[in-house]
Amino acid sequence: MADQAFPIPGSLDATPSHGAALLEWLHSWVVTVDHKKLGILYIVYALFFLLVGGAEALAIRIQLVIPNNHFVSPELYNELFTMHGTTMVFLVGMPILFGFANYLVPLMIGARDMAFPRLNAFGFWMTAFGGLFLYFSFIGGFGLYGMGSAPDVGWFAYVPLTAQAFSPGHNTDYWALALIVSGFGTLGTAINIVATIISMRCRGMTLLRMPLFAWLMLVVSGLTLITITPLTAAQIMLLIDRYLGGHFFDTQAGGSAVVWIHFFWIFGHPEVYVLVLPAFAIANEIIPTFSRKAIFGYPAMVAASVGIAFVSVSVWAHHMFTVGMTSVSNAFFVLSTMMVGIPTGIKIFNWIATMWGGKIRFATPMLFCTAFVFQFLIAGLTGIMLSVAPLDWQLHNSYFVIAHFHYVLVGAIVFCIFAAIYYWYPKATGRVLSEKLGKWHFWLFFIGFHLTFDTMHFVGSLGMPRSIYTYEADRGWSVLNFWISMGGLIQAIAVLSFTWNLIDSYLHGKEAGNDPWDAWTLEWSTPSPPPAYNFAEDPVVRSRRPLWDLKHPQDPDWKYER
Amino acid sequence: MSTIPIFVDENWRLPSRGRVGMFSLIIGESAIFTIFVVAYVYYIGRSTYGPTPQILSIPIFNTICLLSSSLTIWMAEHAIARGRIRIFGAWWALTMTLGIVFLAGTAKEWARLIGHEGLTIQTNLFGTTFYSLVGLHATHVVVGLIMLSLVMLFTLLGRVGQRHAERIQVLSLYWHFVDAVWVVVFTVVYLLGR
Amino acid sequence: MFAQGPQATPSIWAPASTPAHEIYGLSLFVFLITGAIFAVVGGLLAFVIIKFHARESDAGHEPAQIYGSVQVELAWTVIPVLIVVVLFLTTARIIFAIQDAPEPKSALDVIVVGHQFWWEFRYPKLGIVTANELHVPVSTSSNPDPTYLKLLSADVDHSFWVPQLGGKTDLIPNHPNQMWIDPQATGLYLGQCAQFCGMEHAKMLIRVYVDTPRQFDVWAKNQQRPGTQDASVAAGRHIFETEACMSCHTIAGTVAKGTFGPDLTHLMSRATIAAGAAANTPQNLRAWIQDPNVIKPGALMPAMQLSDRQIDEVVAYLSSLH
Repeated sequence: MADQAFPIPGSLDATPSHGAALLEWLHSWVVTVDHKKLGILYIVYALFFLLVGGAEALAIRIQLVIPNNHFVSPELYNELFTMHGTTMVFLVGMPILFGFANYLVPLMIGARDMAFPRLNAFGFWMTAFGGLFLYFSFIGGFGLYGMGSAPDVGWFAYVPLTAQAFSPGHNTDYWALALIVSGFGTLGTAINIVATIISMRCRGMTLLRMPLFAWLMLVVSGLTLITITPLTAAQIMLLIDRYLGGHFFDTQAGGSAVVWIHFFWIFGHPEVYVLVLPAFAIANEIIPTFSRKAIFGYPAMVAASVGIAFVSVSVWAHHMFTVGMTSVSNAFFVLSTMMVGIPTGIKIFNWIATMWGGKIRFATPMLFCTAFVFQFLIAGLTGIMLSVAPLDWQLHNSYFVIAHFHYVLVGAIVFCIFAAIYYWYPKATGRVLSEKLGKWHFWLFFIGFHLTFDTMHFVGSLGMPRSIYTYEADRGWSVLNFWISMGGLIQAIAVLSFTWNLIDSYLHGKEAGNDPWDAWTLEWSTPSPPPAYNFAEDPVVRSRRPLWDLKHPQDPDWKYER
Repeated sequence: MSTIPIFVDENWRLPSRGRVGMFSLIIGESAIFTIFVVAYVYYIGRSTYGPTPQILSIPIFNTICLLSSSLTIWMAEHAIARGRIRIFGAWWALTMTLGIVFLAGTAKEWARLIGHEGLTIQTNLFGTTFYSLVGLHATHVVVGLIMLSLVMLFTLLGRVGQRHAERIQVLSLYWHFVDAVWVVVFTVVYLLGR
Repeated sequence: MFAQGPQATPSIWAPASTPAHEIYGLSLFVFLITGAIFAVVGGLLAFVIIKFHARESDAGHEPAQIYGSVQVELAWTVIPVLIVVVLFLTTARIIFAIQDAPEPKSALDVIVVGHQFWWEFRYPKLGIVTANELHVPVSTSSNPDPTYLKLLSADVDHSFWVPQLGGKTDLIPNHPNQMWIDPQATGLYLGQCAQFCGMEHAKMLIRVYVDTPRQFDVWAKNQQRPGTQDASVAAGRHIFETEACMSCHTIAGTVAKGTFGPDLTHLMSRATIAAGAAANTPQNLRAWIQDPNVIKPGALMPAMQLSDRQIDEVVAYLSSLH
């Protein structure tokens, strides 16, 4: 009674106010060096930009739904397709895959965190800043045409179009600077992953007993070290040309526009392997679990992954068959490209062999992974078609190529990302995603994907080039473009239902427990979500599937593994 | 947990993460340098006007300084591994001095090229590729010197001991890398290119 | 879609020239192989999905764990290697056949210069300069008459793609390229620029008229003449030569010798203007001269700031340039 009449000023109230607790919680995310939190930050960041990049794609498809449309101006359209590509590769693909690596690798190898936790945080924030800087370009000024200064030169930014003379505004500069900045972040993360995997595995986990996910992340990170850096070098050269009067790509001074093309694709081709190998990493974990069998041919899968990384640095000029190289050069790159298809194709056989003789449960993660195998098969085959240089002379820079690489980027990589989220969301949040919504998401996305990207192959073979803000009405492309756009709408609805599932299940989802899928790798031995220190005791392992050994003490893996 | 201690590997030793991390950084940096070197080599003789590499004079003294600094830093590594901090400090200071002399020599060379020969990064293709490649290397020397001076500061404050030998070795790897790159740059610019 | 003559849809499946034919034949072979792979692997996948679907009775029993098989893995490595060898050798043969085909003495030489956002065509041996619409003679087996195109660029990268006549080749400044076509049916073939070159990349269209030898002769002779001198449109000609028009455009036989924009000497011999962005009608010409951005925003020709009467007179002049 007394303190109600005479409250003591400045007295401590032990319960923090809601505002203070919220601030404290947000602050913990900003200063965290915990690999799990940083992993989630990367993934949430990437999913946000997935929606942004998807919106850009939708705008593109609305512009192209009918010929000679006026939904967006040519200036804005050129910014949209440039930003769509740049966003999806650098602000969605790379961050989300490094996010998964960040979250899962320490857990899978029995470590408590990454090798360099502060470097980890640095990597994320550099990437985040690079992305925000890139998007600032839309609003950071009037630009040359009142459309802002977002990059509008294609995600490949060929010179001389990007030279000061032909791109006097700041569009190109935002592109180069944002990617240089986020490139340093990527480099830091790659170094971190390599050091973690080599130096922090728990006792008994030899390299050949690591989950394949970890192997592939090791390969990806090593490849990243020599993939992103050529792009950084080329972008520095471009900025020297643009602002210091350099002549690297100045064709009047002896420089060469073709050198840019070489440097860009020396980055660009291995980059697509940096993007796709993590998708394999995900499939290598999910397919065995839902087939109830060990992965078929673990050593071959390791060898194939390493082989792909090595061969992938020798194929870049298959993006340059029309540039005017000699016939011998063209033939060489045909051969190297076809050769890289061999270890890649073999993996498909290994996945099918894993499913063979299994007892396959088609929960949502497995639905996405099965579709991945089917779509990656097709993507690989259209890749073979494009590797045939004369055929590429027709199909290069046409919608056939767009169809091919979206088959890989969406049909393989995004499908695996969805699978990964459905699979590991319970581990990270302690709740399972709704299976019912998951199936809606899958089927809608599958139908929309095929409607769009199957059709796209045809319109490309009918002569429709890429990077065009509109097309002529009398070329016979109108109906096909209409259906491509409709498929885009269906995919958008699917992604919206997925976003809803993510949020709703976080609040009301069923409790997951440690091991909702009855899986076999170390991350399923921790609580969901894992505590900050990951493992109460440092694990000791004896085979590739430590939890299988625990669950089947009469029949452990180490009796059979080669 | 998966602790079935029937067979436990007693000799479970993995490479140090500092070393692996530094090697990875070196691999990435090598890729950047490779691109600049490739551009330099491809563009040899292709300037359509302006000064040619004939105006370069071979920086022998500079090179000797920088390469010796690899030797002196190696001596420093040895000293700290044996706990002889003062000797370590001396060799470390000598390394830094050699690095600074190298940079001073580079500055002198550039002053001559710019002032006397009229060669800048915008003059022609040779100027662009020369200053970019040599400048990129010099930047890495500067970064290395900053790291070395931090260690020097901590040493003078008495906070560096034998327990830091491993870390010093990792940092020295970077310095050795910078020297190795100079061997390549020197060969390409002053021997091949002329 | 599978016709042999020219058609409105520039399809790679309707080849009308030897390079396009070679590519078409190769593509059928490639599709056969990839189709077979798809059938086999896809079939296996479908089989696995159906046959090894978990049943209710399976709960609690794990299937037999099979870790690998060296023989199986060897087999499915060797077979793809063989397929690659076959595909590579077939492909290499076609590469050499198309790229390294020796140029016959009788071939027609055309120099193609890519500009933002139009095509310049020069016939050096005939003394002809024109724009956007390429005329070539038909080539028959009894009378082969290929056209060799030398590809240059005045500014940024472009790419010349007319699917029915052959694959595309890029136009890169300071990096001359070469390609050849030998169209075997007369008519109009369509294509467009296939390397993003800036704002109006989408409207850098190509029209290739394949003429009979006689038609080609008539066309060439007309192109070789200097510009028509029609006294009734002298006012328009005067404006053309005193306003900024002549600093960018050439009209042979007059003082207009600009090369930044297309040669207009025989503008009326073309069906379109602005590299195919609009039909060649007086109304479109008028609109274009008044403000090119209305038809092709981002085109490098500025709005000419002429009065209505001046534009009418210039249009009348240009309409006389047959």
